[in-house]
Amino acid sequence: MTTEAATIGLTHGGSEDTGLGHRGPESKSIVVPYGFWLFVLSDMVLFSALFASYATLVHATDGGPTTNELFDRGLVAVETVALLLSSFVCGLAMITAKRGNMVWTQAWLVATGILGAVFLGIELYEFATMVGEGAGPQRSAFLSAFFTLVGCHGLHVACGLLWLGTMMAQIWAKGFQQHIIRRLLCFSIFWHALDIIWVGIFTIVYLIGTLPA
Amino acid sequence: MFGRLTWDAIPFHEPIPLITSLVVLIAVGAIGFWVWRKGWWPYLWNEYITSTDHKRIGVMYIVLALLMLVRGFADAIMMRAQQSLAIGASQGYLPPEHYNQIFSAHGTIMIFFVAMPFVIGFMNFVVPLQLGVRDVAFPTMNNVSFWLNASGALLVNLSLFLGEFARTGWLAFPPLSEKAFSPGVGVDYYLVALQISGVGTVLTAVNFVTTILKIRAPGMSYLRMPVFCWTALASNLIMLAAFPVLTVALAQLMLDRYLGFHFFTNDGGGNSMLYMNLIWVWGHPEVYILVLPAFGIYSEVAATFSGKPLFGYRSMVFATMVICIVSYCVWLHHFFTMGAGADINAVFGIASMIIGIPTGVKIYNWLFTMYGGRVRFTVPIYYLIGFMLTFVIGGLTGVLLAIPPVDFIVHNSLFLVAHFHQVIIGGVVFALMAGYTYWFPKAFGFTLDERLGKAVFWCWFIGFHLAFMPLYVLGFWGGTRRMQHISDPSWAPWLHVAFLGAVIIGIGIVLTVVQLLYSIKTRDQRRDVTGDPWDGRTLEWLTLSPPPHYNFAVLPDVHGEEAYWTRKQTAIKEERLIDEPNYQPIEMPINTPTGVIVAFFASVCGFAIIWYIWWLAILGLIGAFAIFVWYAWQDEHEHIIPVDEVRKNARERRRIRMEHLHTISQST
Repeated sequence: MTTEAATIGLTHGGSEDTGLGHRGPESKSIVVPYGFWLFVLSDMVLFSALFASYATLVHATDGGPTTNELFDRGLVAVETVALLLSSFVCGLAMITAKRGNMVWTQAWLVATGILGAVFLGIELYEFATMVGEGAGPQRSAFLSAFFTLVGCHGLHVACGLLWLGTMMAQIWAKGFQQHIIRRLLCFSIFWHALDIIWVGIFTIVYLIGTLPA
Repeated sequence: MFGRLTWDAIPFHEPIPLITSLVVLIAVGAIGFWVWRKGWWPYLWNEYITSTDHKRIGVMYIVLALLMLVRGFADAIMMRAQQSLAIGASQGYLPPEHYNQIFSAHGTIMIFFVAMPFVIGFMNFVVPLQLGVRDVAFPTMNNVSFWLNASGALLVNLSLFLGEFARTGWLAFPPLSEKAFSPGVGVDYYLVALQISGVGTVLTAVNFVTTILKIRAPGMSYLRMPVFCWTALASNLIMLAAFPVLTVALAQLMLDRYLGFHFFTNDGGGNSMLYMNLIWVWGHPEVYILVLPAFGIYSEVAATFSGKPLFGYRSMVFATMVICIVSYCVWLHHFFTMGAGADINAVFGIASMIIGIPTGVKIYNWLFTMYGGRVRFTVPIYYLIGFMLTFVIGGLTGVLLAIPPVDFIVHNSLFLVAHFHQVIIGGVVFALMAGYTYWFPKAFGFTLDERLGKAVFWCWFIGFHLAFMPLYVLGFWGGTRRMQHISDPSWAPWLHVAFLGAVIIGIGIVLTVVQLLYSIKTRDQRRDVTGDPWDGRTLEWLTLSPPPHYNFAVLPDVHGEEAYWTRKQTAIKEERLIDEPNYQPIEMPINTPTGVIVAFFASVCGFAIIWYIWWLAILGLIGAFAIFVWYAWQDEHEHIIPVDEVRKNARERRRIRMEHLHTISQST
């Protein structure tokens, strides 16, 4: 057994040098975001099942409208910019929160929320237009899958906004306590993860869906 | 106002559910009253219901599992009775619509509300102790997980009193489970109950993966963790990655049923095969979620009662992780007959056989652990041997089923029913009973009665073989599963034997209750004063039985595998304990009613969704959100145990241990 193997934890019995785990339990500032990352990963699995369903059903239009007839790239571009910008602003909020600057943190968080609401508003407008044109989720399996995938992301954004509002109130009332900073970090992980999902939706649903047939 | 809920929901015209409902209601009321009269409610509230202690939560999971085992077994024996009566001219005593609810409820309850909480209960109780730490990563969330699970169990059982349960089998395949063919509340009960308990399960997975990867005693590196912790890690990784897919499949079916979507319908371009794929992408890994911790329990039992370290520890770890990964690559073998084509069937058939290899490795490891050891024939060892005999046959019939051409013949037959009961009873249930006997003294401070325990084992072992071996035969003869009536009278003797087997298992379950009551009554004769009743090897036996809330006064320093065994041997050799450490005050999470209140609102919300009472559903959601905000607003989530108390308890433990040490050194 080389010492190198020992330091990366490959020893088993005998050696004192264990490498991994020798320090004992990690601190909360490691454990809480780690657990939250795991939750986000399981959420990604959830979305992957929705993506798979969409891919399976995208051509099952039952004689109804197809992707090319429904999607408007321009609208989705605005939506995307709003959401990505919202993530950027959320990052700024994290920086100011770490510096303990209450006013700017709240300001950036408000901006995050407004951009998120703009995204959600455009999505709801798109949904309402589609339903108005008779292309609601009950029309075909393709539309069921579309509304569920995109709607599930929208639902996440809506929950995120609720969370954001609660967080802002909490920071305002209680200041930058350690456990509140940890929660804010979890929120920003969540908010960025929604971007990653959206990039997937933007590509697989909207870009591929509007390729010339 | 009350949606679909009317007086018709109560089964006045069906005597069996009505009488059962009344008996259960009276029993629950009587127990509640008795507990109140004894003045135990405050104790239960403070020490269990609101507890964030992983040990208490583990016990609650196992109590839930045992209660649901009785319910699931009642369904089982009703099915066996019906099939042994309804042969030829006779129609038996259960009409088809009732019989279909019973087999659906049996499967749902046994997997989701017996096997799952039982396994999760052991992980809760054992993992932090074995890792040498004081609690899981997120103690409050742990309590929430339990109560969400209990909320799901409550809703499934509510279907007995109000309305009906699904008649679609335990996985509710569409199109049968669609609104067009199952318009009643049965499928909705199924869907909502599983969604709520599913949230609890994902949270459990987050909690335990974090705990095992981030919270271990100093020196407890990955390859020093007991095998049970490894299997718990593998199991929770699978949960984390598989349960979201179940959530999606069930949510899509709900959207079909509630809002007229077309995921799995026959019209509108729906594709019911999508459901098959999604449900089995969860469903097959689920089998390993259950059986891997079971393997972990056998590993602990084999090493302890053979008085030897586990043979091939590393191969055990690798086998566990290989199963963890390959478990995702076999799901299609559940529907070979549904037209995926020869190539795809071949791939999944081969993958299914490959998964037998690491499992075989494990069997040999247990055998070699016992080989050359001083095996003590205690109840857990009986289960281990019974498991190896039973499980190997179940594995072999599984390999048969994994061959697509064979599967075409026995698909959906009683042969399949016999196979999966053989691996689940022989693999999981035997392990759970072994673990129950093994860790009971750690939880309560006294051992279970050995003779009654052996009687229970023989009931399960003999009963199982009588109940399921005939089903292999009938399966080969073409017997399909889920039949309410059997037209061929020549099957009668086999079905009668199967019924007899179920009765013997039933005696075993009754004897389990007798064993528990008898052991409580005579507990003073079997006190575990040392905290190490089995001459154990892992860290849970280092602390007292039952352990203090904080488990360890100081976190044990781990040097090498079998942390506790090494430490014990050194103490015996040197005839002294390690030097008294410098005790510190301990910070522990406080109790919280968050879990039980959230589960209350989840149950209300779920009930309202099942019965289309929309205002109540919204109220339930608002309530659940409000309690979360309330919890988030709390500042104090921990309390401090003063150093004097820690030192006093620790010195008491050292005194007991020294006495024990003297007894050992005198006897050798």
